[in-house]
Amino acid sequence: MAKEEGVQVEGTVIEPLPNAMFRVELENGHRVLAHISGKMRMNFIKILPGDKVTVELSPYDLSRGRIVYRYK
Amino acid sequence: MAERAVRINTPDEVERIRESSQIVGRCLLRLGREVRPGVTTRELDRLAEEFIRAEGGEPAFKGYRGYPASVCASINEEVVHGIPSGKRVLKEGDVISLDIGVKRSGFYGDAARTFAVGSISAEAQRLLEATERSLNAGIDQARAGGRVSDISSAIEREVKQSGFSVVRALVGHGVGRELHEEPQVPNYGRPGEGPRLRTGMVLAIEPMVNVGGADVVTLSDQWTVVSADRSLSAHFEHTVAIGEDGPVVLSLVEAD
Repeated sequence: MAKEEGVQVEGTVIEPLPNAMFRVELENGHRVLAHISGKMRMNFIKILPGDKVTVELSPYDLSRGRIVYRYK
Repeated sequence: MAERAVRINTPDEVERIRESSQIVGRCLLRLGREVRPGVTTRELDRLAEEFIRAEGGEPAFKGYRGYPASVCASINEEVVHGIPSGKRVLKEGDVISLDIGVKRSGFYGDAARTFAVGSISAEAQRLLEATERSLNAGIDQARAGGRVSDISSAIEREVKQSGFSVVRALVGHGVGRELHEEPQVPNYGRPGEGPRLRTGMVLAIEPMVNVGGADVVTLSDQWTVVSADRSLSAHFEHTVAIGEDGPVVLSLVEAD
C-alpha cells in the first residue's frame, strides 16, 4: 500500500536563524530546521518566535522542512 | 540530525518477511487468474482474504487506518487504494491494479501488480510494460552502499523515457515489523540523496505511473486516489531486501 508523501506537521517557532531559516519545535517534540516557502516570502508573511506554523518535512531528511503556513 | 533510523533486519527477520511476501506474491498470481470481464472487485477481495488466511496470514490492509478491505483494487484512472465493491464490475479493456499486504507471525509483506482485463489498448499495454520496467530499474539500484534516491531516480528515468508521468504524491516505504516504516522511497529525484542503503534493509518499491499528468486527487471516500486528468494509471510493487550480493525480491514467485 503506497504511503502519502510530504508529511505536514504543526509546530512552534523557537528562534529565527539567518537566511530566512527558523528552528521549529514540532508537536512530537522534535526540533527541525525550516525555511519559508517561496510563496510566503513573496507575500511578506513575517514569522516571529512563538508563532504556530505548519511545516512540510522533506521525505529524505526529516530534520529539515519548509514552513507552508503561519497561523494568526 | 534528527533523521529517524531505518530498521536493519537480521537474516532471520528477512526470512520471515520473505514468508509473508511470498503469500502476497502467490495471492497476486491467484487473483490474476480470476481477472476477467464480469468479475466484481468485491469477489476478488473475498478470494484474496480466503487465500491469505488459508496460508496462515492476515490481510494487513484490513483495518489499517480504517481501511475496510483486504486488497486495494484500482481500475483504469484509479491510481491506488481503490476500495473493492460489489458494484464495480470488470469489463473488457480495463486495467486493474491489485495491491495486497500480508502479516504473518509479526512480519509484513507488500506487493502490487496491474492486470489487463481481456484485451487492452496498445497504449495501456505500453503503460503496464513501462511501469514494470521502471520497478525493475528501481530494484536494480537496491544495493548496499547506494542511497535511497538512487532507486527513485532510476525509476523516474525509466518512466520519462516512456513518455508517461510518475506519481509524486505517493511513495514507497520501508516494510517489515510495520506495514509502513522509514524510509520513504519516492519515485523521483536526483540520485545520491537520502539514507544510505545497508544490507538487511527491506523496502517496498512501488512506482505509480499515469499516461497523462503526474497530479492525483483523492476521492470523497477518503481512499481512492485517481489521476487528476483521469488518464490511465498503473502500479507495480515488490518487497525487496538489500542483500549482501544485491537486491533480493522477497515477493517474487515462480509462475506455475
